[in-house]
Amino acid sequence: MIRLVGILVGLGFTFVVLLAFGSGALTVMGQGYFVEETAEHAFHEEAHMPAEGYSFDGLMPSWDLAQLQRGYQVYKEVCSACHGLNQIAFRNLDELGYTEAEVKAEAANWVVPGINQDTGEATTRPGLPTDYFPDPYANDIMAAAANNNAIPPDLSLMTKARHNGTAYVYSLLTGYQEPSAELAERFPDSVPGPGLYHNPYFANLNLAMAPPLTTDGQVTYADGTEATVDQMATDVAAFLTWTAEPSLVDRVRLGWIVMGFLIFATILAWLAKKQVWAKAKRKD
Amino acid sequence: MSFPWAKQYEPTNPLMKYLDEKLPLPRLVYNAVGAGYPVPRNLSYMWNFGVLAGFCLVLQIVTGVVLAMHYAANDAVAFDSVEHIMRDVNWGWLMRYAHANGASFFFIVIYLHIFRGFYYSSYKAPREMIWLIGVVIFLLTMATAFMGYVLPWGQMSFWGAKVITGLFGAIPLVGESIQVWLLGGYAPDNAALNRFFSLHFLLPFVIAGVVILHIWALHIPGSSNPTGVEVKSESDTLPFHPYYTAKDGLGLAVFLIFYAAFVFFMPNALGHPDNYIPANPLSTPALIVPEWYFYPFYAILRAFTFDFILPAQLWGVLAMFASILVWFFLPWLDKSPVRSGRYRPLFRKFFWVLMVDMAVLFYCGGAHAEEPYIMISQIATAYYFLHFLVILPIISSIEKPEPLPFSITEAVLGSDEKAAQGDSAGTAA
Ligand code: HEC
Ligand code: HEM
Repeated sequence: MIRLVGILVGLGFTFVVLLAFGSGALTVMGQGYFVEETAEHAFHEEAHMPAEGYSFDGLMPSWDLAQLQRGYQVYKEVCSACHGLNQIAFRNLDELGYTEAEVKAEAANWVVPGINQDTGEATTRPGLPTDYFPDPYANDIMAAAANNNAIPPDLSLMTKARHNGTAYVYSLLTGYQEPSAELAERFPDSVPGPGLYHNPYFANLNLAMAPPLTTDGQVTYADGTEATVDQMATDVAAFLTWTAEPSLVDRVRLGWIVMGFLIFATILAWLAKKQVWAKAKRKD
Repeated sequence: MSFPWAKQYEPTNPLMKYLDEKLPLPRLVYNAVGAGYPVPRNLSYMWNFGVLAGFCLVLQIVTGVVLAMHYAANDAVAFDSVEHIMRDVNWGWLMRYAHANGASFFFIVIYLHIFRGFYYSSYKAPREMIWLIGVVIFLLTMATAFMGYVLPWGQMSFWGAKVITGLFGAIPLVGESIQVWLLGGYAPDNAALNRFFSLHFLLPFVIAGVVILHIWALHIPGSSNPTGVEVKSESDTLPFHPYYTAKDGLGLAVFLIFYAAFVFFMPNALGHPDNYIPANPLSTPALIVPEWYFYPFYAILRAFTFDFILPAQLWGVLAMFASILVWFFLPWLDKSPVRSGRYRPLFRKFFWVLMVDMAVLFYCGGAHAEEPYIMISQIATAYYFLHFLVILPIISSIEKPEPLPFSITEAVLGSDEKAAQGDSAGTAA
């Protein structure tokens, strides 16, 4: 009885899903293709790492502190005009190799919201190491109004919030270009309108962020490194990898210790198992 | 509860003797996972996954309790509180990655445990009750994981919760009321987040209770084994300790290597990047998918695209629930007297077709809902239901099984004197 009902139920679901298959197949046959080719699909490009790679990439990672400091400088002098970094406090900058005094001085360079101690009114004051990076806009409406209706996202977690994030940030920053003639011909709707910029790494090809890094020497690196656009993009992507995952290097290093221990434990467990089971293999 | 030749607990230490009289906990352990529990001598490594699932449950509870000390279930701060755990809590990143990947590995282990059950028909009498309880555990674990994934309150948390609770809206007449009742509102918000946290904290302990029932039920007939032939005599078994403690110990060590590789070297590989974007009800992600371990069922849900008497979405919801509920009926759908797939040539082939089918469903469940993936998942869904509800009942009556060994001892050692003596020894219960 159960089996009879089961067979009927099974055939019922099969019938309905095959009907759906049939109607889908008819549609596909009618139009002659599976999905309509879109500009995002035809012209999207996969993100790639800078040619020289990164010290934190791979199985033996380390932070290049000079690079992180340069990346921080790019963030501060360029990106921070539009993007916040709200998961990071100034005190965290000591992990980039700054001394306590330097962190304190750096924090004081920033203006953060404060309260007037006499009147209680909202005001601003220089930052302290315990403060978090201030948001560039008071609220989303202001952010959108200043940026052609797009809200610049917070960058703290950007490299974890996109697939292959470090490479993505680097590729996005160096990937701005004029839309190709082929794109304009095949997908006239995908040619960027006013206030939008073409970038094959961005999911829908046109974004509202004007190319932020445009000229060599846009920042003057404190350590004298030549600030080409490629160098600035490489460095800021490294910095944002750190902001997204400050524990990355410690994690992988600890991982090797744990692995060593586990492999050792596995060998012991294997020997123990062999010894215990030796008795059972004998016929007694 | 066990075979007549099971060893008895005989404490010699006066303290243990005292304890045995007042509260025989050591005796319980001895009889459950010690030398007092005889187990078939031929269990393969596929029998490791029960112990591993138990380990995962403990792991989730331990890491989860620590996370709960720092997590704040409020929609304004939940996302930041998880980042606070990652950045400011000592070893917080380790706890969180251990918990998030622990959930994935929990499912890997449970799936292998269930597929073991499929292949060796572990669901058959006298073990139906163990199997039924197991399916309940699976459902509870799915609910727990679904609600856990909502807690970090990222984009996928929010939109996943919205899509899955939205399924209840497909139920005619009462659907919308149920949905509002479940969420405490019209869309996931603070009320939903709070109750999900409360339930996410509670359910693992319910699971632990049901696991005890699962093991209790198991200890009545004892484990099945790769031949599917029941234990006949003492030479068919070995005491759990030291034999299977040693074997499970090795399995656990190997498991931990794979698990640690993910926790330390690729902790986000099994997650979705969108969940590092704070939940935003105004911005729909390009692709809404659940966690990977729900992909096959999500594919079944999305395969129904045609209104046939009922709306397509309702068919999808029914089919998705039915796809797991059929497991409850397996003991009665599969009538073959032979358990193990080893001796069932036809069954074995279809088992592998099912594995491929589920892999296809898995792939389609994670893909965009567009052709050709929808059509592929429709064929795969059809096979899924045909397999359990039509093919299995039919092959179990027409198939001619291969000859079985006389006993486990014969299968392992090549001969069993008792077989030569014509001693059938009776099946011990
Ligand atoms: C003039 C303001 C402005 C500056 C300066 C700026 N951005 Fe942006 N950025 C935006 C806006 C606006 C968006 C949103 C674009 C959209 O969604 O169309 C954005 C988006 C982004 C994104 C996300 C793209 C995505 O996938 O959604 C990244 C990454 C980014 N910016 C990085 C940077 C970096 C790094 C810098 C500094 C080198 C920088 N931005 C400087 C305005 C700015
Ligand atoms: C059956 C066992 C469990 C499963 C399958 C499970 C699963 C999950 C999942 C998938 C997440 C989301 C992880 C992420 O993306 O960050 C999560 C988060 C969380 N879980 Fe669990 N969990 C279990 C047990 C527990 C227990 C027992 C507790 C507490 C007592 C707990 C507390 C938490 C907390 C506080 C979070 C939010 C923090 C975070 O997102 O990392 N969990 N759980």
